[in-house]
Amino acid sequence: MTTTTAKDKTKRFTPEIRAEIDRWIAKYPPEWKQSAVMGALMILQDDNGGWLTTQLMDDIAAYLDMPAIAVYEVATFYSMYELKPVGKHKICVCTNVSCMTNKSDIIVEHLEKKLGIRFGQVTEDGRFSLKEVECLGACGGAPMMQIGKQYYENLTPEIVDAILEGLE
Amino acid sequence: MANEVCLRTLDLERPWLLEQYQSRGGYKMLKKILTEKMPPEAIIEEVKTSGLRGRGGAGFPTGLKWSFISRNAPGQKYVVCNSDEGEPGTFKDRDILRYNPHQLVEGMIIAGYAIGATRGYNYIRGEFWEPYERFEQALEEARSAGFLGEDLLGSGFDFELYTHLGAGAYICGEETALLESIEGKKGQPRYKPPFPAHFGLYGRPTIINNTESLASIPVIMEKGGVWFADIGVKNSGGSKLFSISGNINNPGVFEIPMGTPFSALLEMAGGVKDGRRIKAVIPGGSSAPVIPGEQMMALNMDYDAIAGAGSMLGSGAVIVLDDTNCMVKVLERMSYFYHEESCGQCTPCREGTGWLYRVVHRIETGQGRQEDLDLLNDVAGKISGKTICALGDAAAMPVQGMLRHFRDEFQYHIDHQRCMVGVG
Repeated sequence: MTTTTAKDKTKRFTPEIRAEIDRWIAKYPPEWKQSAVMGALMILQDDNGGWLTTQLMDDIAAYLDMPAIAVYEVATFYSMYELKPVGKHKICVCTNVSCMTNKSDIIVEHLEKKLGIRFGQVTEDGRFSLKEVECLGACGGAPMMQIGKQYYENLTPEIVDAILEGLE
Repeated sequence: MANEVCLRTLDLERPWLLEQYQSRGGYKMLKKILTEKMPPEAIIEEVKTSGLRGRGGAGFPTGLKWSFISRNAPGQKYVVCNSDEGEPGTFKDRDILRYNPHQLVEGMIIAGYAIGATRGYNYIRGEFWEPYERFEQALEEARSAGFLGEDLLGSGFDFELYTHLGAGAYICGEETALLESIEGKKGQPRYKPPFPAHFGLYGRPTIINNTESLASIPVIMEKGGVWFADIGVKNSGGSKLFSISGNINNPGVFEIPMGTPFSALLEMAGGVKDGRRIKAVIPGGSSAPVIPGEQMMALNMDYDAIAGAGSMLGSGAVIVLDDTNCMVKVLERMSYFYHEESCGQCTPCREGTGWLYRVVHRIETGQGRQEDLDLLNDVAGKISGKTICALGDAAAMPVQGMLRHFRDEFQYHIDHQRCMVGVG
């Protein structure tokens, strides 16, 4: 039995976050609030500097009236959710076949050298993290990467340098 | 002819805007259908006549799929669009969403009318932020213009359409995994039957079609099923979007008639980079077995021709590989992908994809054993057809295809602990 009251549930998030989650809830049938879990996880992840804590997942569970374990299941299943801190700029590099045959390894090597980190790591100043990702559906612009919400295509080491310099 | 169906607005400036779409006849068919109260059965018949087959990869006839829904059954029904484009090599639906989102909106409303559904969801992969924003903008415009909401154009027909965003999972392109995902769960495929037409989203009758399939509907209705069918060839009606990538000069998306020679498509894409020899082609996304370059040059791009060569047209994602590619390395990367993306539900796939990856990996890194090629075929055979969904087959087929056509390269790796590409 859950002892969470309706008041507790709404107190957990700021009014802005609640409004954003409610926008997702409104898309689904009233008895299927759980459908908003993916949207809610992404909203909270963005708000928390790019990663999810257990507390945040528990709060979502309470807000959407679903068991915490069901939220963990979703958060661990999909690759875009992060359960550990990431850099302010999460650099996702595709290495699948079309990118690989267009020398994505050179892009990866360049990023690793430039940032001094490998896939799965964060720079000491917390600005960047590197992640290897599967096909992002932009093979016509191979090699490519995603930083935040933005795609960057037809990469060369020089283009990568210019992109990183342009980031805050 | 090219760009006459899903990309018909591509030459316009800011083609994604409502006014641009309407300048090419957009929403004309929806208005006609609603004001004339066209019988839904007539729409389904037209789609059947068109020969349109599921453009996501499976190639199931769209009209037939729609006819499985009991239109008059009481209660909520759903139209779901699969924009979870993730099959490696495929990048066509992204362009529909970015450049012609209204045609997808119109197609989904017409689909809803045809099957008696008043609600739709478009499942867009989470990484597609720009396409998502374009589609959302289109929804807003369509709502303001009275194409979405209640009592559309005074017809008494209601239709509401929403976007659901994924969060990174190839498996959600499988239709029942996609439904699970909309329901706020892990994307693990369901047993079939029951099929979604009977037990779909939230347990209600549902049709799920690919972005390109649904975006084709307004043009099929406008110009007629016969017109569409005649663009293509027997068993492969219409034109199709081909995403061509790899070692070529001008990669991109080309909307061309089904049955177009591969050599013509290659030429449109500027030919092989640096004038190199075409070694192999993966003709339908990475799940499709590889075809040697010279054989591919003689084939046409339609379902039967590609199937006849032992592969599949799939999503129309063509990956061109030149003679600098080591096929062991290519297969290693693909096998890693399927292992990474297996949802873990069925043992043959969960364990088998790991076996495939590890064995190909050891061959690639010079640790291969003489028995490994038979082992790979054995493991692939034990995955095929023994899983709930097609991801297992999708992992097995590239292995079987590579060993069928490039066995000598794998054998060389085992015998010499190194690659034959660049050696001779």
